[in-house]
Amino acid sequence: MAKGNKASSTASLFGRIGQGTVAFMEELGRHGVLVAESVYWLLAGPRMNQPVRMGAVIAEMMEIGVRAIGIIGIMAAAIGAMLAIQGIYSLKIFGAEGHVVVGVAFSMVREFAPLITGILVAGRSGSALSAKLGTMKINQEIDALEVMGINPVRFLVVPSVLASLVMVPVLTFMSMALGLWAAALYVNTALGMSLAAFMDQTFDVLSVDDLLHGIGKAAIFGVLIALIGVINGFLVKGGAEGVGKATTRSVVQCISAIVVTDMLFALVATW
Amino acid sequence: MNASAQSSPPAVIEVRDLVTHYGTRQILNGVSVDIVQGEIMVIMGGSGSGKSTFLRHLMALQRPTSGTIKILGQDVWGLPQKGLFELRKKLGVAFQGGALFSSMTVGENIMLPLFEHTKLDRKTMEIMARMKLEVVDLSGFEDLMPSELSGGMIKRAAVARAIIMDPRILFFDEPSAGLDPVVSKQLDEMILRLRDAMGMTICVVTHELESAFTIADRMTVLDRGDILFVGTPDELRASKSERIQNLLNRRSEEAEIDADEYLRRLTGDKEEAEGMPR
Repeated sequence: MAKGNKASSTASLFGRIGQGTVAFMEELGRHGVLVAESVYWLLAGPRMNQPVRMGAVIAEMMEIGVRAIGIIGIMAAAIGAMLAIQGIYSLKIFGAEGHVVVGVAFSMVREFAPLITGILVAGRSGSALSAKLGTMKINQEIDALEVMGINPVRFLVVPSVLASLVMVPVLTFMSMALGLWAAALYVNTALGMSLAAFMDQTFDVLSVDDLLHGIGKAAIFGVLIALIGVINGFLVKGGAEGVGKATTRSVVQCISAIVVTDMLFALVATW
Repeated sequence: MNASAQSSPPAVIEVRDLVTHYGTRQILNGVSVDIVQGEIMVIMGGSGSGKSTFLRHLMALQRPTSGTIKILGQDVWGLPQKGLFELRKKLGVAFQGGALFSSMTVGENIMLPLFEHTKLDRKTMEIMARMKLEVVDLSGFEDLMPSELSGGMIKRAAVARAIIMDPRILFFDEPSAGLDPVVSKQLDEMILRLRDAMGMTICVVTHELESAFTIADRMTVLDRGDILFVGTPDELRASKSERIQNLLNRRSEEAEIDADEYLRRLTGDKEEAEGMPR
């Protein structure tokens, strides 16, 4: 390969594309299998004396949800205020600052609250899940579970997926409320609109559909984060470096998946 | 103390024609061996001999390419999932690095199988955990985290966890690896005690000769995926096989040098070098 000729480099390009596609499909397949396995253990576990422990789900909920309230709250408030600032700035051109509420309400509830919550949970918990499972795998803790007759998917994966499925929408709802509140505060100081009037207008323009749009997306993000985190953790090879790589990969994949899913969801939901 | 020599107790593990691959590389080439009740079977071999892979098969962690493994009379891979879970409750494993869960205390680690498989109340579980810690000389350490223990203590705690369900078969993966000679000797004594006091069948994978000869009732020597020898330690010492004598006298193997093969390895021709031991 000292003098890569054209034919062989084209072949290797196609080869790489092919390999990439196969790897991608393999990854998708793994997600599918893991979802199926998780549902299986959730439903069939109790009959096989392998029930999913509520305690473990609650512990994961604390880790994924409750401990993230502070940072997600601050970020949501900042985004809400930012939307109000930019909204007023751009609407001023048309002399329509009063309509800022519509823009803020729609974009916060339908878009920014689920997105920012998803990205933050991905950064906090997606990576943590990969690191935890990766380290457990390297230390043979996963093998240890298996030989103790404890199914690792039931014991480790299902609690995380359930917790994430519940907590990301809950956090998203909190983000919506805090974002709107911060926007209302800014609009109050900038335009002198009372908080009550802001909220009134918000509830006027928003429908239950908008709320469900945001929360539904958040639930999908929740499952995606947990699955990607878990799979990257289970695939760790080769010591501490492998754990580091898996963590990075997990965050990148989570955020990419969230953004792409967000776009697809918006496309389908507004068709 | 050699139980197997006096009578012929039933085999608790029967391996027949076990063949296994990692990718395209064949690791075990049709291994057959019996491990009988109440004996300490030591599996030996140099690195790359396939002994760790063999142990993974014995613990039913890996599905073989072909061949059968019967544990306590049950064909491991013919069992339904629930049956495999039930079978695993009768096995205990002390992993090389302990594999204690770092987020739990030593006591919680030891109680985990009880939590998952029994309906005992917590007080009883705690008493049982303390009893097992007593067996491994670690009483009073139940509230510490694994990170607060030394290497030898972690291994002993792992043994306590492995025996909490009173398993029929106990596996040890490299019990003396990374331990100083004194601690290593203590572990050997503990293994002997477990067999004598609890009547467990114990299967140990190790490359430490001294420890192997101290504890073994019978030994299996693996070499490049084949069984080189199965028998008592005395028979092993008396063996005339050159490879076994090399192993016993810690002589490195003079691998037959094939000039073509050597050249291919040097030039890094990967396709040709495939199938080489790591």
